[in-house]
Amino acid sequence: MESLLGYMLYVMSLLTAGGIYALLALGLNAQWGFAGLFNVGIAGFVAIGAYTYALLTTAVSPLHLGGFELPLIAGMIAAMITSGLVAAIIGVICIRLRSDYLAIATIGIAEIIKLVLKNETEITNGPRGINKIPRVWEHFSEERFYSSWPLSWISDVPGWEAFFAALPRWWWQPFFALTILLCVYVVYLLLERARKSPWGRMMTAIRENEHAARAAGKDVTGRRIEAFILGAVIMGFAGALLSMHLRLIDPTNTFDPAKMTFLVWVMLIVGGSGNNKGAILGGFLIWTLWSASELLINGTINLITTYIETADVGILRTRAGFLRMLLIGLVLQVILQRNPQGILPESRPAATGNTSHKAGVKGD
Amino acid sequence: MSGPILEIDGIHAGYGETEILHDINIHVDPNEIVAVIGPNGAGKSTAIKSVLGLLNIRSGAIRLNGEEITNTPPDQVVTRGISYVPQTQNVFVNLSVQENLEMGAWTRPDGMAERLEEMYALFPDLRAKSRQAAGSLSGGQRQMVAMAKALMVDAKVLLLDEPTAGLSPKYRGEIFQTIRNIKNSGVPILIVEQNAKQALGTADRGYVLVDGANRHTGTGEELLADRDIARMFLGGRE
Amino acid sequence: MWMDFGFEFVNFYLVPGLVLGCIYALGAVGITLTFGILRFANFAHGELMMTGTYLAWTFGAVVLATTGVVLHPLITAIPAMAGAVVLALLIDRYFYKPFRDAPTIMVVIASFGMMLIVRSAVQVIWGPNQIAFVRGIDKPNAAVREFTQSIDMMLLIPNKHFWIIGGTIVIVLLLHYLLEHTRIGKAMRAVSDSPDLARVTGINVEVVVRATWIVGGMSAVMAGVFLAMDTQTLETTMGFRMLLPMFAAAILGGIGRPFGAVFGGLVIGLAEELVAYPWIGTEPLISPGYKTGVAFAIMVVMLIVRPSGIFKGRTF
Repeated sequence: MESLLGYMLYVMSLLTAGGIYALLALGLNAQWGFAGLFNVGIAGFVAIGAYTYALLTTAVSPLHLGGFELPLIAGMIAAMITSGLVAAIIGVICIRLRSDYLAIATIGIAEIIKLVLKNETEITNGPRGINKIPRVWEHFSEERFYSSWPLSWISDVPGWEAFFAALPRWWWQPFFALTILLCVYVVYLLLERARKSPWGRMMTAIRENEHAARAAGKDVTGRRIEAFILGAVIMGFAGALLSMHLRLIDPTNTFDPAKMTFLVWVMLIVGGSGNNKGAILGGFLIWTLWSASELLINGTINLITTYIETADVGILRTRAGFLRMLLIGLVLQVILQRNPQGILPESRPAATGNTSHKAGVKGD
Repeated sequence: MSGPILEIDGIHAGYGETEILHDINIHVDPNEIVAVIGPNGAGKSTAIKSVLGLLNIRSGAIRLNGEEITNTPPDQVVTRGISYVPQTQNVFVNLSVQENLEMGAWTRPDGMAERLEEMYALFPDLRAKSRQAAGSLSGGQRQMVAMAKALMVDAKVLLLDEPTAGLSPKYRGEIFQTIRNIKNSGVPILIVEQNAKQALGTADRGYVLVDGANRHTGTGEELLADRDIARMFLGGRE
Repeated sequence: MWMDFGFEFVNFYLVPGLVLGCIYALGAVGITLTFGILRFANFAHGELMMTGTYLAWTFGAVVLATTGVVLHPLITAIPAMAGAVVLALLIDRYFYKPFRDAPTIMVVIASFGMMLIVRSAVQVIWGPNQIAFVRGIDKPNAAVREFTQSIDMMLLIPNKHFWIIGGTIVIVLLLHYLLEHTRIGKAMRAVSDSPDLARVTGINVEVVVRATWIVGGMSAVMAGVFLAMDTQTLETTMGFRMLLPMFAAAILGGIGRPFGAVFGGLVIGLAEELVAYPWIGTEPLISPGYKTGVAFAIMVVMLIVRPSGIFKGRTF
């Protein structure tokens, strides 16, 4: 019974984190899949969302600015807005240039965001990060929430204390997981709608033939900036959810630019860029593989250490973690070369990607 | 020596899925200038590029001195003795004139000094500018550099893609004079031109392409005299 | 005058800035060459540099362990360059070449993936922790100190800085000779100018591509070894930290312009150090914590004002 509960909770956490990554992949799909924009600063946008949410919703703390104790939903909305604003600024500067420049600029902005989060100790508590970030559902069991409106209408403080004491410790987990899945579904519906709208069809037209779209008087740059902002808003939102999931965020470990950004890219490309279902599939699939491989690695290390007693578990464990990264990198390369459309290819007639710039040497 | 130097034999070719050339036949014999003319989008430049291996030839063959070179990559085509001057961006703008010529001789680096000397004799204007960046020259001078660069190898045949496009009448005359000089030095030339009158006037033979297919063939004078062609190209121009 | 103002400025800001600038310059040369000739931003360049530096250290450590001889880092750099060049050529062959005719962005994604793969591989082999590259404190060169002190302009420059600056000058001169006076160097410039034209001119572009990886890989290793000589430590993140300043230097100098990249590297290195100088009052102008942000700021300004760079390189 205990172990069954353990498995259930493991599945819950897989769905939670997988769902957050699926949202990130959806956000990236809006940028890359719809508009062919190469964003490698995903971790930066996630960090903006996460910190905005954290600062606005946490309880007052001497360690960092605020917290402002705002309603959770206000924190989430603000997370989307700030992330979108930063994207707008980068977009206006870089989107008219070729994709490589956007890639460099986004990797740069992710670094700058990290620097600000690390250095502005007064606001962000620097490298030590922000703790006790309220998590949807679970937050009801914190005193500052049940002692205030609207919960205070239903019962008084001792009543709520007794109620939450009676629940199992994990009571919020299924609710939280379901909320995330619901968010994924809603974002999916909205993106599908955007994709099929005149706006989405124009994006497709732009990618198929940028010159023709420009010649037809379409504001190609404007549309691209919109897609970039749309994706960043989704990433900011996912950042807010991620900060809830983790409850403790810090600039370096939580938002490791390489790891997080890279995982999301692998997810989208494996799942199928341009296809929202593919983005979601990739998110859950790669996240499951990623965390399952951790179990596998731990199992293997235990096995090794039982036979070779001299082996250093600590070293084995850290090295194995890097090996995992290496392998997922190779997975990306293989998919990129063998099956660049991913598992669920984009459903539109023409070829993928931006065909206006060729790396090779062909006649014009 | 009998038979054509270069032979484009019934090729069908295009980029990716789309076919642009439908059964094109062109040949160049020793010691002649051959002009290919036709309206915009007729596939004239594409026909030249197919020789270079720049697009996918589905059927038909390209032969150089009887040897098949269909779909050979460009650098090897050049090594075999076909020199090509593209219509635009035909010089390395950041390299000096002399460096451009040296690059032209990439496939045959021996005897560089004599070759450079030959080219400066053929294009005297370039000698004084040999150290200048090619990008700083005028359009006509660039065309000269491009042609000299193409002649740095022992070309068996020279392909010119609209060498006079965008040039002033003075330079146009000069370019056509140079083309005759090159022919007299023993290199046959295949030239694609918008400027049909002057091209046919210079050429020994000509081809008219329309919609990616052969329409007329004949000597320069025959084609110049043809009413159809006159109506199509010559009337409206100049 | 000198002790009030110049001493601190020159010894603690200007010279370190020049040293950092040299390192960035050599790194940016490889970035700008691959960007110009292969037409893509190679995100794995920093990792190539990092791997080369680890190879140099390993070679030195092996020689020390087997023979007891302590090699100068510049000597260990020679086999490391060979190793890094082989690595670069293998990466190109198996991970970049398949995308030569594909849209550029595919190879950019591949290089982004290579960044992670190479770094992870180094972390698997050498572990993630810092390694001491050179032990001991490198004291300021005594002769220079005494001489400059005698003319009241005391300079405290450790020998390693002379090696770095002098080495960079030699490498840049060699590069100049290569690009201006050798056949392959001119061909590299030609391909950078126009790959289409290079191909129909008969230049074997694949040979030029290989030469590019060789030159880029070698200069990357030199940049890495110089950096490790300066900081005296090795870290697996050193490549990634260098990436942004190197891109900034390449863009500042103009893509495809190796000497522009050298200039850009010097500017970025100097700027990063000089912004921490107390130009106004006694506090650093910009907190040293934001030093690495300077490169980004310069790059963004360049992208807005003049994306082709100071020396008018390519824009895409």
